[in-house]
Amino acid sequence: MTLQFNDETFRDDYTFTNSQRAIDRFPFPFHEDSYMYSVNMEQHQGGPKGSVYENRFDVDEHYISEMKDRAQVLAEDPLRCQSLPHMNLAGWDLLELIMVSKSEDYPDLFELHRDGNNWHWINRPLGIEDKFVFLDNASLPYGPMEYITRQTQGDFAVLDQRDENLWLDAGMITTQADWSLDFDIGMNFFEWHAPVPKANEMGIFIRALKFLLNVQQGTPARRLNWTMTVNPLLDTSPENYHKWGVQKTGLTPQNVGSKQFLRVELQTFFRLPRSNGLVFPIRCYLIALEDIVTVPKWGRRLHRVLRDIPDELATYKGFIDNKPMIVDYLSKFDDGQPTSAGIWPEKDSEPELVV
Amino acid sequence: MSRFKFPPSIRSRPVYETLAARDGKSHLIIAEAEGAEAVFDLAKNAENLMAHAHIIYIQGRSGDVYAERLASLGARQFYMGPSYSAALPRLRRVLSDAKMGLQAYLTGTEGMMGQAMLELTSAGIPHTAIQCEHRGSTARRMQCVHCKGITEDVTTDPFVCSHCGLNLFVRDHYSRRLAAFQGVCVDAEDPGNVPDQVEIYQ
Repeated sequence: MTLQFNDETFRDDYTFTNSQRAIDRFPFPFHEDSYMYSVNMEQHQGGPKGSVYENRFDVDEHYISEMKDRAQVLAEDPLRCQSLPHMNLAGWDLLELIMVSKSEDYPDLFELHRDGNNWHWINRPLGIEDKFVFLDNASLPYGPMEYITRQTQGDFAVLDQRDENLWLDAGMITTQADWSLDFDIGMNFFEWHAPVPKANEMGIFIRALKFLLNVQQGTPARRLNWTMTVNPLLDTSPENYHKWGVQKTGLTPQNVGSKQFLRVELQTFFRLPRSNGLVFPIRCYLIALEDIVTVPKWGRRLHRVLRDIPDELATYKGFIDNKPMIVDYLSKFDDGQPTSAGIWPEKDSEPELVV
Repeated sequence: MSRFKFPPSIRSRPVYETLAARDGKSHLIIAEAEGAEAVFDLAKNAENLMAHAHIIYIQGRSGDVYAERLASLGARQFYMGPSYSAALPRLRRVLSDAKMGLQAYLTGTEGMMGQAMLELTSAGIPHTAIQCEHRGSTARRMQCVHCKGITEDVTTDPFVCSHCGLNLFVRDHYSRRLAAFQGVCVDAEDPGNVPDQVEIYQ
């Protein structure tokens, strides 16, 4: 099918919406009726047709508007995109990975023609066409990482691998769940995850690091992570927290269904061939509670997960104050019937909601 | 007493040891204020070290109370200056001549050690050749995550950013690249509702 791109905003008047197709393919992050941290990695080798897992880099109806929002964030704060000097080659690796993947997976939207190091890139949705010399920074209007990630949805952490650790040495971070690239750049895997409660004590990061150090070329991995955001605000940065934090107090029992969003990150992990770096795309999907509950299984499950989540996690994920209102709203969509295992909506087999 | 035992914290927060003499061709000692006492301990336990040592001493809040004793340690070079920034041009000049086999010893406040650590690692000295021992004030060097300004010598939580004026709470999250802890707006969700200031360590 040909994608129809939305003209929408992720700030101010918040005109962001999900179409029925976007709701149906939403990456719901809970495979059971409860949640705790885990190293929930799986191979990223495609998935059901039409799902967000199908292609290496999912392009959806929000593409153009998300890229406009990113450009606006960068204009206001260029520090959201940084690359330490030794990461230039990894940036070219990333550019190659994305251009090859997108041109193969979406040939109607993206074209890449290569004649040796002379490359010709066409991005139809954004109206970009550039000829450049691969590995020659001077032939692109931005550094390679910035150039390609201005054209690709999701945040990008580009990691150097040395001393049996991964180092956050480059990134394009404009849709983050409240962490600062400018502060964290240069940190190792344990340091930049240091503020996450509980997970360190559970050994999560030791196991995750072991896994990631061994990701091989051609066998990318993925996992889902999640948090909660009031309004469809992509740029929930710590830099601007003093501006957007107050929006959390704008929820009422009347508007919680339309203003409270579940924010899901599809995190993928690819080995980079020349630099031996690792790229960690963090793709953000937003969905309003009122859209989630149109899927009976998801409404039941999200209620149970959030009702039972430890306060420490609700605090870390930033919704502890609004949790009672959210759970109260969701309780109306939980009739106590059992849910099937796994994340898929199972619209044809799940029982209708009985209220 | 110049020593303070920091409570356990998150993994980005630096931890400090006790300076121990190591074999090396030369020894660079950067000490600030009460850090002088750590230098005395170091000298006591290593007879030959001072003959190959360069001491850069930053007086800070201690003034010259340690000056005479430091000068009498017999260091090959001894410098005393009023502040880290005053000592920085000298430090950079010294690092430009640093050779393999240099051992570095940092002692004083976290802010001074963090900045010196950054300077040394930027000059190519491996972090394994740098020891740090905290002495003196537990004041912190804080970066405001909002305006990016650095506020020195923060002793209370929350505190007011000396650049943009926001009320910031003090995190243990630490960036070696910035040599600073992170400060985040404390009243973003309820503007004006700023908790009472308390000492960071009580």
